[in-house]
Amino acid sequence: MLAYILRRIAGMIPTLFVISLLIFLIIELPPGDYLSNQISQLQAQGEAASVAKLEFLRREFALDRPFMERYGVWVGLWPGPNGFDGLLQGNWGWSFEYSKPVGEVVSGTLLLTVILNLATILFVYIVSFPIGIYSATRQYSWGDYGFTLLGYFGLAVPNFLLGLILLFLMNQWFGVSVGGLMAPRFIDEPMSFGKFLSIVSHLVVPTVVIGTAGTAAMIRRLRANLLDELHRQYVTTARAKGLSERRVVLKYPLRMALNPFIADIGNLIPSLVSGSVIVSVVLNLPTVGPILLSALQSQDQYLAGFILLFVAMLTLIGMLVSDLLLALLDPRIRLGKGAAA
Amino acid sequence: MKEITRVDPARNAELEALEPLPSHYVDTSPFDPGEAERLTPEQERYFQASQWRIIWWRFRRHKLALISAIVLVFFYLCVPFAEPIAPYDPNTRDSHFLYAPPQPIHLFHEGSFVGPFVYAMTSEVDLETLQWVYKADTSTPHRLRFLCLGEEYTFWGLVKSRFHLVCPPKGSTMFLLGTDRLGRDVLSGLVHGARISLTVGLVGVAISIILGMFFGGIAGYLGGIVDSLIMRLIEILRSLPELPLWMALSAALPVTWSPLWIYFGITIILGLLDWPGLARAVRSKLLSLREEDYARAAVLMGAPPGRIIRRHLLPGFSSHIIASATLSIPTMILGETALSFLNLGLQRPAISWGVLLNEAQNITVVTIYPWLMAPVIPIIIVVLAFNFLGDGLRDAADPYKS
Repeated sequence: MLAYILRRIAGMIPTLFVISLLIFLIIELPPGDYLSNQISQLQAQGEAASVAKLEFLRREFALDRPFMERYGVWVGLWPGPNGFDGLLQGNWGWSFEYSKPVGEVVSGTLLLTVILNLATILFVYIVSFPIGIYSATRQYSWGDYGFTLLGYFGLAVPNFLLGLILLFLMNQWFGVSVGGLMAPRFIDEPMSFGKFLSIVSHLVVPTVVIGTAGTAAMIRRLRANLLDELHRQYVTTARAKGLSERRVVLKYPLRMALNPFIADIGNLIPSLVSGSVIVSVVLNLPTVGPILLSALQSQDQYLAGFILLFVAMLTLIGMLVSDLLLALLDPRIRLGKGAAA
Repeated sequence: MKEITRVDPARNAELEALEPLPSHYVDTSPFDPGEAERLTPEQERYFQASQWRIIWWRFRRHKLALISAIVLVFFYLCVPFAEPIAPYDPNTRDSHFLYAPPQPIHLFHEGSFVGPFVYAMTSEVDLETLQWVYKADTSTPHRLRFLCLGEEYTFWGLVKSRFHLVCPPKGSTMFLLGTDRLGRDVLSGLVHGARISLTVGLVGVAISIILGMFFGGIAGYLGGIVDSLIMRLIEILRSLPELPLWMALSAALPVTWSPLWIYFGITIILGLLDWPGLARAVRSKLLSLREEDYARAAVLMGAPPGRIIRRHLLPGFSSHIIASATLSIPTMILGETALSFLNLGLQRPAISWGVLLNEAQNITVVTIYPWLMAPVIPIIIVVLAFNFLGDGLRDAADPYKS
């Protein structure tokens, strides 16, 4: 098991490398950079003193170097003006717009982003698991049709629109604002029980909004898998031997159907993270989503790059966890192909 | 049931004299060894039909998919004929009717049938809440005009015309879905927005198909190191969250570009991240088809790889590709909507459903003027329809299965 975990983690390193290069390429795509845009603006106004300062900053952030070198400096694989000082050394870069280190800008939001995504994954699994089993064991019942229909709508309604509609309805029916992740009076307050409760109650709507599409997909997946298993002969045998219906379903078919269900986290997480970014913008949640949007609009490249890398990391770690869970669940994977033969 | 052969009495005696009557049954009708394999006309029609014909037959059985296809055709009519269908120009501002609510269509005026008509609206400012208040003037009905001459437009930017399907009545406005903050008709916006929203998916999917077939094709055909490199890349791309990358890429589009270029830029961006799924499907299908006898025969006859892929393997999985491409169109439509909604995609004067939804970004606006959320409805209908259509196509795509 340990060897499997180590192998799996080692496999992530080249992936991370490619992803960081890709992200750096994307954030460098717009012509110029934040500072050189400002320099040209200031030059037009004839402010020489500020220009000199910005030129200094440009050198300071290695913006005057060629692409691969800039990338190396950003990651921390290449000596910058201050030696090796990049992501690997824990320096997440500088936000030009806020004039603060990126770490300070995003620090409060990272944890909430992780919490929101974790809550959504839990929601998806907790809701889709019983419904999937129900739909498969009572195929073509009214309940099954109802959930199938609901699932289609869940897949069709984009989550940011769902957020918008829910905002509207909540306001219309209950007169409450569901925006934000906590009641306004708790903002900037140290964590307390009251604040915790407030966060939990505010998490409900975004979790449902982000998780709906994923839940619908998961129900479909589990239903199809379980139906496939239920048609196998060993199930008939089990029934013939007089096992209770409950035991027939739970003993083996469910375990077999669970495998792809867990493995599907790989497809689920990227879409959930995508959803959390845009839903956060709509519902005004203090996660990395709104910061990413404004950073992209103002070409605050290191801030945008860090957030992109962060969400990519989030999905990678999620997939790692799903792989490890799968290995824990299924000895065929844990023991490798050699043992199975 | 075959009838026992009757022999007439006159010959009977003759025969009896020659040989004894056989004690067992003899069927004198000619024997046809192929009889058991003879096909009913129905079966014959089925076995001789081309692959596409069988797909169509199977698809036709899928009622929901068929209805979806018809619905989509109606929506797509807005793409070429947006100008005559829309009652107004979507960018015309009516400063007397800002945030006007939808005007309902009535049929009966004071108990008598008039035909479809609207009541004229008058606007007033409520000085306490500082909002526009609209009152319907129910004294006179204004009948809608159909197939009429209205506001002038240049059709496709080429021909000047004034022909509309429906025109606002004289002496009244006709904002069937209300207006936005600048007094622009929401319904006309929807009709014109369909042009971009509905084609973005098609162009994006075309790009994604080209990329997916190319990468999937060479991975599946060449195998080896190329295959594992491409598969690795696909894995990485699929593990990335799409939307943040779309956002980053479209933020990189130069602001100086014209709307047309931005449009193409966005479709390319949408297609750029969508191909891995398709490439994977192409590859796995190629790997299995490559082992078929007819593919081997073509290799032995010396056909070059390009010809084998195009002539022998491609027809085997083109139906699959169409089905899975149909399923990824809605993702692209939603992607464009999301980008435009976030102000990262298209902007006025270009109109798409996402651009229209941009007006509804603010919760206070949505609460007071809910009709600005109208674009949600066509989006949901189109996405649902594409999903049903794709499901139907996928089921029909493998005609020889079952």
